[in-house]
Amino acid sequence: MVEQTIGKSVQRKEDLRFITGKGRYTDDINLPGQAYAVFVRSAVAHAKIKSIDSSEAESFPGVRAVLTGGQVADDGLGSLPCGWMLHSKDGSEMKQPPHPVMAADKVRYVGEPLAMVIAETRKIAKDAAELVAVDYEELPATAMVNQAQEGAQIHAEAPHNICYEWELGDQEATEAAIASAAHVTRYSLVNNRLIPNAMEPRAALADYNPGSDELTLYTTSQNPHLARLILTAFVQLAPEHKLRIIAPDVGGGFGSKIFVYSEETALAWAAKKLGMAIKWTAERSESFLADAHGRDHVTEAELALDGTGHFLALRVKTTANMGAYLSTFASAVPTYLYGTLLAGQYKTPNIYVEVDAVFTNTAPVDAYRGAGRPEATYVLERIVNLAAVELNIDPVELRRRNLIQPGDFPYQTPVALEYDTGDYEASLNKALERAGYADFSSRQEEARSRGKLRGIGVSCYIEACGLAPSRMAGSLGAGVGLWESGEVRVNPTGSVTVLTGTHSHGQGHETTFAQLVASKFGISVDDVEVVHGDTGKLDFGLGTYGSRSLAVGGSALSKAADKVIEKGYKIAAHLLETERDKIDFDDGEFRVRDSNQSKTFQEIAFAAYVPHDYPSEELEPGLSEKAFYDPVNFTYPAGTHICEVEIDPETGKVEVVRFTVVDDFGTIINPMIVEGQVHGGVAQGLGQALLENCVYDEAGQLQTGSYMDYAMPRADDLPAFSVDTTVTPCTHNPVGAKGCGEAGTIGSPPAVINAITQALGIRDISMPATPEKVWRALGAGRAHV
Amino acid sequence: MYNFNYHRPTSIDEAVKQYDEAEDGQYLAGGHTLIPTMKQRLSAPTDLIDLSGIKAMQGITRSDDGAEKMLQIGALARHEEVASSPIVKSMVPVLSALAGGIGDAQVRNRGTLGGSVANCDPAADYPAAVLGLNAQLVTNRRSLDAEQFFMGMFETALDEGELLTSVHFPRPEAAAYVKFPNPASRYALVGLLVAKTNDGVRVAVTGAAPAVFRAAAMEAALTDDFSVSALDSILLPAGDMNSDMHASAEYRAHLCTVMAQRAVAAIVAQDQARARQVTSEVTSESTS
Ligand SMILES: Cc1cc2nc3c(=O)[nH]c(=O)nc-3n(C[C@H](O)[C@H](O)[C@H](O)COP(=O)(O)OP(=O)(O)OC[C@H]3O[C@@H](n4cnc5c(N)ncnc54)[C@H](O)[C@@H]3O)c2cc1C
Repeated sequence: MVEQTIGKSVQRKEDLRFITGKGRYTDDINLPGQAYAVFVRSAVAHAKIKSIDSSEAESFPGVRAVLTGGQVADDGLGSLPCGWMLHSKDGSEMKQPPHPVMAADKVRYVGEPLAMVIAETRKIAKDAAELVAVDYEELPATAMVNQAQEGAQIHAEAPHNICYEWELGDQEATEAAIASAAHVTRYSLVNNRLIPNAMEPRAALADYNPGSDELTLYTTSQNPHLARLILTAFVQLAPEHKLRIIAPDVGGGFGSKIFVYSEETALAWAAKKLGMAIKWTAERSESFLADAHGRDHVTEAELALDGTGHFLALRVKTTANMGAYLSTFASAVPTYLYGTLLAGQYKTPNIYVEVDAVFTNTAPVDAYRGAGRPEATYVLERIVNLAAVELNIDPVELRRRNLIQPGDFPYQTPVALEYDTGDYEASLNKALERAGYADFSSRQEEARSRGKLRGIGVSCYIEACGLAPSRMAGSLGAGVGLWESGEVRVNPTGSVTVLTGTHSHGQGHETTFAQLVASKFGISVDDVEVVHGDTGKLDFGLGTYGSRSLAVGGSALSKAADKVIEKGYKIAAHLLETERDKIDFDDGEFRVRDSNQSKTFQEIAFAAYVPHDYPSEELEPGLSEKAFYDPVNFTYPAGTHICEVEIDPETGKVEVVRFTVVDDFGTIINPMIVEGQVHGGVAQGLGQALLENCVYDEAGQLQTGSYMDYAMPRADDLPAFSVDTTVTPCTHNPVGAKGCGEAGTIGSPPAVINAITQALGIRDISMPATPEKVWRALGAGRAHV
Repeated sequence: MYNFNYHRPTSIDEAVKQYDEAEDGQYLAGGHTLIPTMKQRLSAPTDLIDLSGIKAMQGITRSDDGAEKMLQIGALARHEEVASSPIVKSMVPVLSALAGGIGDAQVRNRGTLGGSVANCDPAADYPAAVLGLNAQLVTNRRSLDAEQFFMGMFETALDEGELLTSVHFPRPEAAAYVKFPNPASRYALVGLLVAKTNDGVRVAVTGAAPAVFRAAAMEAALTDDFSVSALDSILLPAGDMNSDMHASAEYRAHLCTVMAQRAVAAIVAQDQARARQVTSEVTSESTS
């Protein structure tokens, strides 16, 4: 009998390869005769391109070609589309100005590609790129989100730089409830702009075979099929069946590798145009300039409460920065992944949210780990905390009074979602206990004796994951369905090759999915191989983001495995000369009930491929099944984060001394991997709360373009995390999983800020809460007394 | 990075000659500043003269310089060498602590004392030690006082082609360096070295202004009363300080006082520990 591994921390199968340097990333792949591309990028934030003189670069020894945005336009390549159509309050469609593959007439952010130099070596391409002379007619730049509507117009299609003005919820009821409420808490906040910083920068290698008209693109993608669909159906780069996209090992994405970008597209176009293989690997400075950034909201919120501390209404008004162009999912992030989450874990009867999305002369902004949900959680968990302070109610008690209770499910929120299941108070209680919430004051006393200010902050988050029911997504404007595919190929010896449309770039799918399938068949995890990331190998898939892989992709695999087992029953019935219904499948064996006759899974697989004794009339040979799974609802992971900080009042430095997380992710396959996802997510959340900040100056120049100025969290910035779970399995998918990839970034920032404000006895501090801000807040605090 | 000619001299004279002959030469020490700027194409020397083969610029020794014992460190000493050297630990322990707090392990295994000092980055750590400990900077041509050496942001008294060969540190009575790191780069947002030396109390400040400087007001106060509280009311003028997205001048000025006080507290604690040790030695002698 093979050991069952569901719920066990199996060591990651992929790690030996990664930690011994045997991973195969895009830049590790080389093709004979390949050339190298370097992009010429806009040096200014907003300008007309008067002319581009590439003659000197073209005659530079070793240069194969210099291609410009003008040539892209001449070749009739389509614009890079945004995959999610939003409508404004007045019913009009969002403004979707063209997003050229390379800029031809106008540049709209620093770093925007406008030409590419292709040469024998990377160095030659770089030398020659400096010789490309671009003559700009500079225009005033609109770099700041809060000045976008008054600033210089960036696209002819978008007056006042407004992309859309979206709303959700019942405005009248919300306003009426606020007007008559016993108490209203008001809060203005900025959700800071972030740069993703995956360890592996974006890279691509494009190859064209004129003999077969096949175009192959190796690239750092979280969703190769989606990229292929966009590049063929919208950009018209090639017919869909002639384009193969391979995303091999990918070193982190955090959302930034979901999108279809200029550089990879231009590379594939150039490879086809020139009939050669071309490689591009971003330098870190290019990643800072031209990967899609995250967050960047300015928000005002009001929370109305009755005399007993029950929430009556929430009103939120947000301006969201889209950057210079609409990136692939940009429009959905501050709307359907944000406004819909504003109920949080609470029974707030009335919610109304308005979001103005604006263009600015900055890099495009799109989904970044958490995508919309950290922004929603931040608004809610900060304003709830403020209300507690204003009403002099313990913040935990105020939350408790308003929590949705287990008996309330399924729970319909006033902002479109229907939560299927959960037990929020259970996670809250467990977290409070683990965090030693009750004894906080003794730790605070002790810290005070050392001259330190100690604070504790709680945040109860919910997220909608498992993207997404296709019909629902479609009705909300998605350009694609968000189901997933899975294929389970049993080999003649009984080992299994699993193909999934999701993509692993750090999440450990090769292990988790192997555990899932191995447990279905009662075979060893080592006998299951997971294949992903190649449009040439699997039918179609939607990729990995929105914590969807296990909940949606795993469900597809679970269904495919069930089909295999079903066929196995029939083969077994034939071989064992009995009826299907008299057989049980368990522990890798098909057994005739009440007898000692059985066939192993491996014997059945062999019989399917060597069908000498086989029910050939009724059954096809082979043992390979596919399934597609379209979820019926989102999944709703939820939990509680508790942060404890100690502040040095002399310098303002904040140290996170304890961080406790209790999540409900539904069924867990591999607790170690889940814990790792939580650690990484919380590290990013603490990064946002304390360190990270993307800064542009008024002229639209990026000020934080390297690690000298962009502060990433490091190991010594973080405490040892205390992580635990509670479990209410998802009710509507076969795995029971909800998703765990983003929760850490979602729950943690407000917990940190709640802790800091409590320690300092102040109302608010903006993220990142840098030492200087804290020091100034202390000064302001002192001035008041 | 652009192409360049690479040289690896084995003597100081050969290095200087190669420099003089080059169209636009640059000395290469640890390369931890120079190589990144070359990769970013901000610097484009025609010739790189790699100093790593010059024995005369290596090593850490104790020398008797007249009456005083001096710690002599070759310009090519890597930060890690300084951090772990027993001679440094016994003579000028503050230096090993400072060197051990530079960058990360990779940086410390490449970066050199000479490179850091010659580069004169406003946020670098070493300049605080050189100025605060009143070191002598020895070049292929002369010997300079620390006071003469640091001229401004990335600007030193080194002439064109002049090679810093070693730095000589007198042994302080006591010293401490306290740094408030920039959260992004981990260079010094502000770094204060306080030393009790033969010629009085010295306080050197790095990170705060365009170049390292001595805080005269703090020195005066500490000379009168070497205590943490002596600095309570001293705030260096913010007008002279750097202001950028990481910290305003006002905050830097404030941090200078806090870091100086911490350095003083560390020295007072060292003194007390030493006094305790002496007492216990005396006691044990008397009991034996
Ligand atoms: C990631 C990172 C983090 C860092 N963190 C810190 C930090 O926290 N604190 C800190 O102080 N520093 C820090 N540094 C700087 C580093 O410690 C080096 O001290 C610094 O880069 C210069 O030393 P080097 O030996 O690398 O000099 P190089 O880069 O080789 O040279 C620097 C300059 O000095 C010149 N030069 C070198 N040696 C001599 C000589 N003997 N005579 C005359 N001219 C010479 C060179 O021509 C060049 O112009 C960091 C660097 C990196 C890359």
